[in-house]
Amino acid sequence: MKKLLLGTVLLTATAGMAAAQDVVRIGTEGAYPPYNFINDANEVDGYDIDVANEVCARAELTCEWVTNDWDSIIPNLVSGNYDAIAAGMSITDERDEVIDFTQAYYPPDPSAYAGLDEIDVTSAVVAAQAATIQATHVAESGATLVEFATPDESVAAVRNGEADAVLADKGFLVPIVEEDPDLVFIGEDVMLGKGIGIGLRESDTELKEKMDAALASMKEDGKMAELLEKWFPGMDPDF
Amino acid sequence: MFEFCTAPSALDDLRWMACYLTTGKQIAFYWSFGTVLLLLAVTAPAALAFGFLGALASRSRVAPLRWLGTAYTSMVRGIPDIIFFLFVPIALDQGLEWLRHKAKCPDWDQPVRQGSDFLVCAEAKLPLNTAPQWVHESYGFALAVLAFAVVFGAFAANVLSGAMRAVPRAQIETAEAYGMSHSQAVWRILVPQMWIYALPGLSNLWQILVKATPLLFLLGVQDIVYWARELGGSKTSTFAYPHPDWRLWYFLGLLVFYLALTSLSERVFARLSHRLSLGQATAAGEKHRKAAA
Repeated sequence: MKKLLLGTVLLTATAGMAAAQDVVRIGTEGAYPPYNFINDANEVDGYDIDVANEVCARAELTCEWVTNDWDSIIPNLVSGNYDAIAAGMSITDERDEVIDFTQAYYPPDPSAYAGLDEIDVTSAVVAAQAATIQATHVAESGATLVEFATPDESVAAVRNGEADAVLADKGFLVPIVEEDPDLVFIGEDVMLGKGIGIGLRESDTELKEKMDAALASMKEDGKMAELLEKWFPGMDPDF
Repeated sequence: MFEFCTAPSALDDLRWMACYLTTGKQIAFYWSFGTVLLLLAVTAPAALAFGFLGALASRSRVAPLRWLGTAYTSMVRGIPDIIFFLFVPIALDQGLEWLRHKAKCPDWDQPVRQGSDFLVCAEAKLPLNTAPQWVHESYGFALAVLAFAVVFGAFAANVLSGAMRAVPRAQIETAEAYGMSHSQAVWRILVPQMWIYALPGLSNLWQILVKATPLLFLLGVQDIVYWARELGGSKTSTFAYPHPDWRLWYFLGLLVFYLALTSLSERVFARLSHRLSLGQATAAGEKHRKAAA
């Protein structure tokens, strides 16, 4: 059965050979609203998706979306399971060593602490999603870091008392804090990373050029500002 | 789904719930139960086949075959599952792509490995980038089944080779005294009798396999635990149906599902064990004989 299935897949894969080659598969996490999430109709949705779809339209690429666990999102890119990452991924030096980034499509934005009440975030227990710039920052700040696989779980940890505060992108936390009377922002925002870019394999220079050009044209004609206003109302669109 | 679902925020509780439970995302969650059951239905026989071959190989009179069988069982059983689940599909996928690359793009001059990148020509991709989504999904599913079969097959091989040793030696001696060849004795006497000794170990393995399906998401297959976590997490008004943290309720649902599945399989195994002990030289077989007499 298994061999049969694999055989069928191999056959179908070979049969589709003649079709166009410029399909770009884009990986996303699908668990970080409003950057990227799976909406109620079971489709990927959010700012990352809108931006990348517009990039694909301008660069005349056919794009398809793949959801992947955050932890293995970079390994699956470099081993070729998809060709790009649009998952609210901040550009950092560490990641830049393994993969390449396009220019930023979201400004270097503040990360913020949210918790139940005012505490000293350098000595508290702070939750963050594993393998994020926020987790690195918490570990360096002297606070006790508790890591979670998904952003939602790191917020849930604060609600049920497992952690005193959560550190995440402010764009992600604003709607959550606004709608939950128990949660407040704590202390000052911290600036981390160099903005959010589309992640690409280092060897994929051609795709990088195409996407960079599309992003630049979106910034020029105001499309980017329009999408920013749609998903992050009130944010300064100037960058 | 229903006609009145167009403006969810204006609905009363009952209708809201009816709409919520029939969104595309919820439907995907219901389907994922089917995915898990399908995976179990395909993996269990595949793992048993791997196990049977492994057990036969490790008992073989041909030395290289015996080494292969022993290496398979001891290696796979000794390495943590999660490493195997990450290694087997990636290695297999890259291996197949490399072979196709060699066959289809002979005049490709760049190295396949560039730093951490694994690069093959577009025609060698498996599945092709242009393939429809369901092909990608079935390919992932097939790799998942294979990984499960390899890992659980190694455990099954150990159970089965133990069961083969448990068949009374006298049975084989009698077969040889009747003039059966070695392979005849194995296929006519040993294999039919070993199942009753293997059953307790195999039923354990099955129960572990049932609970191991959340490992599927590591391989990109969205199973029930992934969906329960995704749907149960609190939702802000970015979503059409905002709700607080409902993971407890979703996981309670999974609890019921898994308990029902395992208790059903226990009943099936009890029946199977009854059937298989008929006429066997075991305590249970003896009991049946006395009850029938």
